[in-house]
Amino acid sequence: MIVVKNLSKFFQQTAAVEDVSFEVKEGETLVLLGTSGSGKTTTLRMINRLIEPSSGEISINGQSALAMPAEILRRSIGYVLQYNGLFPHYTVAENIAIVPQLLGWEKKSIRARTHELLLKLHLDPERFADRYPRELSGGQQQRVGLARALASDPPILLMDEPFGSLDPVTRTSIRKEFLGLDVLKRKTIVMVTHDIEEAFELGDKICLMDGGKLKQIGTPAELMFNPSSDFSRSFFDNERLLMEMKALRVKDIWNSLDKVGDEEQGNSRHADFNENLWVVMQDLIAGEAQTKIVSRNNERKVITLQHIFHSLKLFKAN
Amino acid sequence: MNAQQSLWEFILLQWDKLLEQTITHIGLTFISLLLAVAVGVPIAILVSRRRSMADAVLGVASAMQTIPSIALLGFMIPLFGIGTLPAIVVLFLYALLPIIRNTYTGIKGIDEAVRDAARGMGMTDKQILFKVEIPLAMPVILAGIRTATVINVGVATLAAYIAGGGLGEFIFGGIALNNTNMILAGAIPAALLAILFDFLLGRIQQRKPESIGKGILVLPFVFMLLSCFYIIPSTGTGLLAGFEPEFMGRSDGYLGLKSHYKLNISSVVVSDAVMYEALYEKKLDVIGGYSTDGRLKAYDLITLKDDKTIFPPYFAAPLVRSDILKKYPELEETLNLIAGKISDSTMTDLNYQTDILKRSPEWVARKFLKKTGLYRPPQNGSKATIRIGCKIFGEQYILTEIYRMLIEGNTEFKVETKTGLGGTKICFDALTNNQIDLYPEYTGTGFLVILKPASSIIDRIMSDRDEVFKYVQTEFEYRYGLTWLKPMGFNNTYALMMRQQDASALGLQSITDLKEYIDGNK
Repeated sequence: MIVVKNLSKFFQQTAAVEDVSFEVKEGETLVLLGTSGSGKTTTLRMINRLIEPSSGEISINGQSALAMPAEILRRSIGYVLQYNGLFPHYTVAENIAIVPQLLGWEKKSIRARTHELLLKLHLDPERFADRYPRELSGGQQQRVGLARALASDPPILLMDEPFGSLDPVTRTSIRKEFLGLDVLKRKTIVMVTHDIEEAFELGDKICLMDGGKLKQIGTPAELMFNPSSDFSRSFFDNERLLMEMKALRVKDIWNSLDKVGDEEQGNSRHADFNENLWVVMQDLIAGEAQTKIVSRNNERKVITLQHIFHSLKLFKAN
Repeated sequence: MNAQQSLWEFILLQWDKLLEQTITHIGLTFISLLLAVAVGVPIAILVSRRRSMADAVLGVASAMQTIPSIALLGFMIPLFGIGTLPAIVVLFLYALLPIIRNTYTGIKGIDEAVRDAARGMGMTDKQILFKVEIPLAMPVILAGIRTATVINVGVATLAAYIAGGGLGEFIFGGIALNNTNMILAGAIPAALLAILFDFLLGRIQQRKPESIGKGILVLPFVFMLLSCFYIIPSTGTGLLAGFEPEFMGRSDGYLGLKSHYKLNISSVVVSDAVMYEALYEKKLDVIGGYSTDGRLKAYDLITLKDDKTIFPPYFAAPLVRSDILKKYPELEETLNLIAGKISDSTMTDLNYQTDILKRSPEWVARKFLKKTGLYRPPQNGSKATIRIGCKIFGEQYILTEIYRMLIEGNTEFKVETKTGLGGTKICFDALTNNQIDLYPEYTGTGFLVILKPASSIIDRIMSDRDEVFKYVQTEFEYRYGLTWLKPMGFNNTYALMMRQQDASALGLQSITDLKEYIDGNK
């Protein structure tokens, strides 16, 4: 659990970050979202003290992050960068082993851990362990970067535009892959992005920043449908409809759906409780099926395009 | 084919010297390189962290590079004297720029994301430097070391000017003696060394950063080992001799000392520009110099007697075109006024006044003529023009002035002086081609350099000054139509010199004394 209180950073007289406070609960993903110059990266880099705060407090699991030596703090926090920052003169295995080595692990456990992580990130250890970063594709490099951050199994992960350097196609697929990774499920994650879609897809909570100040913090749906300021409202204007659909998940409209019995199968397909409405709608438009079935606690409900439009209107009216 | 054979013969004959010079050369190159790496890399690392210092440091290092190496060598003599130290300092300064610049560039060129990742993972500054920055900058640093090595192999040849040793001894000796084989015996190994080191370092440099790895740690030790080469030949106690390159290669020089006296003295090669001063400052104990040099007097030096006469007589006399003498008999009379009038010590004194006291040759010549009562004011005649030539060193300028004043004062000729005609060959060619009418020449030079008689003749008459004079007089008249007038009296020959103080303390008067003293101390 990370608690940030009244955090500020001044470069000379200008404030890069001003009076930012938030909490990230254990296992939660917080996305710092904003345009360039909004102070989101500076905020992230203050958490592992790559930038020393001018004022404010950061505590990690109840301990002040500012009280301990910066190097020791950083070894306990995973860090993933936009341009992966892999050491070009180290092999994949050596790159992953950096933090365990700094922590003084035994060689055997380092090897075992490296092997395990490569497997978990769908990189065949036989093929990749002794390769050099430049021999890997962008997506593979990013996975190695993640493996490196996870090497010592830190409870906290900081990600600075982790998919920022990938092409759109790779980006989408890697993001999907990340969402499904078990190793990330229990981590407390703070992630920076300027990509609204990415923020909505990955973030449990989104912290919208502008000009070094925190504008609004909340779930994607809260940001879309209850903007606290004109800035929050206008930030999403360009892709409003898309984002609204992405911000809403099946669980959000659960109550307005119609129950169906077991027999109602027809040519319906199954939908996930956590799936966002954009995905569901795409399936309904492109596929042959007219309806989707969602099951939850022995209850089965049906979704149609009608349901989606209706719910959307309802949310906007509120 | 012939030339190749004789080069090979030269190498076979001098291989021990060649080996010693090569080893010294390698030693000089690498000891300075090692120092430059030890100083340059940390400076560059420091500078890479403080942008503001970078321009200043790189600027100073670049400026150093633009100073001509021979000039830089000159600056070092007042600071460090002669020998290994100034040579190493100069080479060190030359190697510094490529090493600083490349290290700086290498470190600056590292992807910022990599450095950021290293910090983000909790590496300390030291760990980042040694595990990330230096390994990644290594290919660029190595390129700098490679450049510096090649520069150093080249510049190290100049060490021979200041008794630093190395292959320059052969190169500059060869140039001085116009001995192509000797030049090649120094130049070819020097070129091969440059190519070899360039190739080897190139091989290391072209490996990828990750595969250089720990192997690079061996490099400093290899450098250190190569540097040690230098130390070995310079050990040895007792007296140290310094000889100029030309002296080293002449049979009436170092070779004669070895063959006739069996003199076995440890010696270094040094430019005659710094030789006398080095003797005075006790950097050297014995030098081979010219017996009428003004610096003998300035530095309180004495010459050792050449008791086995390996140095031929070098009596100075006017060498004149015979046709001119026939046409103007009064010229001979006039020039003979000075015959026998200048003794060794007088000439030394005259040289002292120009070389050390920096008086003009004209002033010195006039004062001398007035003192000896030979001076007459110029008659400003216009009967004919006599052209006098002169080699490019101090004594010749004085002699030329003396001739001019004598001719202008005692005859109605006009005199035109053509000073600074370089060496013997240029003066002699000018004379035979009727571009000048006379110049002061030395009997030994006429004998050994121009006539080059068979060694049987040399051995037979060389020790007899009158025989040599007669021989050159006859031969020059016969072969070239040139006349040697009467010698002026002094003998400007090679001589071994020591500090007066040392020579009297050790009781040394002749070269044989010196030999016995050295052998007795072994």
